[in-house]
Amino acid sequence: MSTQASRAAARLMISPSVILLLLWMAVPLGMTLWFSFQRYNLLMPGQGGFTGWDNYYYFLTDPAFFTALKNTLVLVGGVLLITVVGGILLALLLDQQIFGQGIVRVLVIAPFFVMPTVSALVWKNMFFNPVNGIFAHIAQAIGLPPFDFLAQAPMLSITLIVAWQWLPFATLILLTALQSLDSEQLEAAEMDGAGAFSRFFYIMLPHLARAATVVILIQTIFLLSTFAEILVTTNGGPGNASTTLTYLVYVQSLLQFDVGGGAAGGIIAVILANIVAIFLMRMIGKNLEA
Amino acid sequence: MGQITLKGVRKAFGDVEVIPPLDLHINEGEFVVFVGPSGCGKSTLLRLIAGLEDVSGGEIEIDGQPSTDLPPARRGLAMVFQSYALYPHMSVKKNIAFPLKMAKADQATIDRKVENAARILNLTDYLDRRPGQLSGGQRQRVAIGRAIVREPAAFLFDEPLSNLDAALRVNMRLEISELHQKLKTTMIYVTHDQVEAMTMADKIVVLQAGRIEQVGSPLELYRSPRNRFVAGFIGSPKMNFIGGEEAAKHGADTIGIRPEHIAISTSEGAWKGTVGVSEHLGSDTFLHVETDHGVINVRGDGEVSLHAGDAVFLTPDLNQLHKFDAEGLAI
Ligand SMILES: Nc1ncnc2c1ncn2[C@@H]1O[C@H](COP(=O)(O)OP(=O)(O)OP(=O)(O)O)[C@@H](O)[C@H]1O
Ligand SMILES: [Mg+2]
Repeated sequence: MSTQASRAAARLMISPSVILLLLWMAVPLGMTLWFSFQRYNLLMPGQGGFTGWDNYYYFLTDPAFFTALKNTLVLVGGVLLITVVGGILLALLLDQQIFGQGIVRVLVIAPFFVMPTVSALVWKNMFFNPVNGIFAHIAQAIGLPPFDFLAQAPMLSITLIVAWQWLPFATLILLTALQSLDSEQLEAAEMDGAGAFSRFFYIMLPHLARAATVVILIQTIFLLSTFAEILVTTNGGPGNASTTLTYLVYVQSLLQFDVGGGAAGGIIAVILANIVAIFLMRMIGKNLEA
Repeated sequence: MGQITLKGVRKAFGDVEVIPPLDLHINEGEFVVFVGPSGCGKSTLLRLIAGLEDVSGGEIEIDGQPSTDLPPARRGLAMVFQSYALYPHMSVKKNIAFPLKMAKADQATIDRKVENAARILNLTDYLDRRPGQLSGGQRQRVAIGRAIVREPAAFLFDEPLSNLDAALRVNMRLEISELHQKLKTTMIYVTHDQVEAMTMADKIVVLQAGRIEQVGSPLELYRSPRNRFVAGFIGSPKMNFIGGEEAAKHGADTIGIRPEHIAISTSEGAWKGTVGVSEHLGSDTFLHVETDHGVINVRGDGEVSLHAGDAVFLTPDLNQLHKFDAEGLAI
């Protein structure tokens, strides 16, 4: 039973942490908002002042903006597709009784522990490199000209790298979901005449829907802010072929020293991320209910 | 349709032999109940027949067809699981229709059969619900419905009522018995509840540690159990066993007498004793009487008014006395 007094005391006691959290979030957001309406370029000191919507106008009309938007969607969509489909297949494999199951599982999880910069460098220098990379060697071995992944297919390459990093996460969550499936349901389906494919599509897949939803929601949040992999491999190039929104904000504020423009880009990214989040919750969030 | 023959069927998990070679014949249309204590291999035997588990040896014939190596779906059997194993994301209608859909039946046939099954099982009002929105008894009926629509050669039930409360169990027991009379399909039913076995079965198979102890009709098992295990397992309350001198008087190692075959008297009788606990059920009274031969359970009618501490005399009905030799076999 909580009395009026004890409730007041409880509020008083949690207030320091709540206030700290609020400040933690509100101050940076407020400052970003503030800067986004300021003329604030590090190359032009002394030319400050309020500029209204100018920063937003320039960011949105920047020819790189729509490329960045498209690249962001390609990256997020591509990685989600690869990790969810690949994760389900890997989970099905790992669920089998195989020799050395424990070791195989650890190996599958391993990429998750590699830092983004490191894994991007490993991919760049040891796999994609047109001279020394493994893919180049393979191409030469079968008599094909080596393919310069990062120059000719930058988005595909980055998507591959990021997908490689997130595959273990998806696999783990989907594997635990798969293991929680009641084996009697599968046996019942087997007796009902369902073959392996029907069992997968009618029993396992619906069972995995909820876990897949969690994977998609969590990954989307993190994938929207992918940065290190781009910086280390292509620097957003060639041209702006692999510039995402996050990377564009970085270019604006730290390469062009336009703090105001970068802040405006940041706010736009926040708004877009929220729109995506709302759509996601609408579309697949209902899987989480019931 | 619905004859099942097991010839020397054996099952081992690794080195552990759970079911030593056993032979069993199940006739068409029979209601066969497997009973036995927990862990005796009832479920395993049922799963062997269903094809969900591979036999380690021996042969299974269904309707004269060698079926040992057939996959479960091709054996023409339907199973109802203890956990119901309904598909949670499908409506009741889709659940029941699933086997037909897998068999690629056309939509008109599916609708007709699902409707028919729903009518038999009183599920018509629930067809659009999900299993999660049903009570235990309704779920059980959906599971049975899913089995019925396949028109199987035989139904296999693995403790289908053990998740239900006592009142519902009695109800469902009756419903399953009625269903059997209506469909006249072979049914194999696993339970560890001997009341279910006695009330439903045409033929009871008593199992212990994977071995068949006795096969027979409920009354056969009740009247002439082949050994001590069956005698103690069938009948409620349990049969009383008395060894020593008293048994030797009847030329046996152990004698057994059921509680309902002992007369109670306050003045005279064969065995003298004192009433311990007495349980009054209204229609019956169960007395635990302490005698020189140990505690003996006696069943009297509802009018018996004896209480703890009262002295009584017990007289067994000699016609109903069971005698067992040193190996526990009936003489
Ligand atoms: N997959 C398995 N691997 C190893 N041993 C098993 C396996 N399945 C069952 N057993 C063993 O086989 C024996 C029989 O099991 P089973 O499930 O058939 O018992 P049951 O008669 O159905 O018991 P209950 O009434 O408790 O359900 C048990 O001792 C069990 O430990
Ligand atoms: Mg069992």
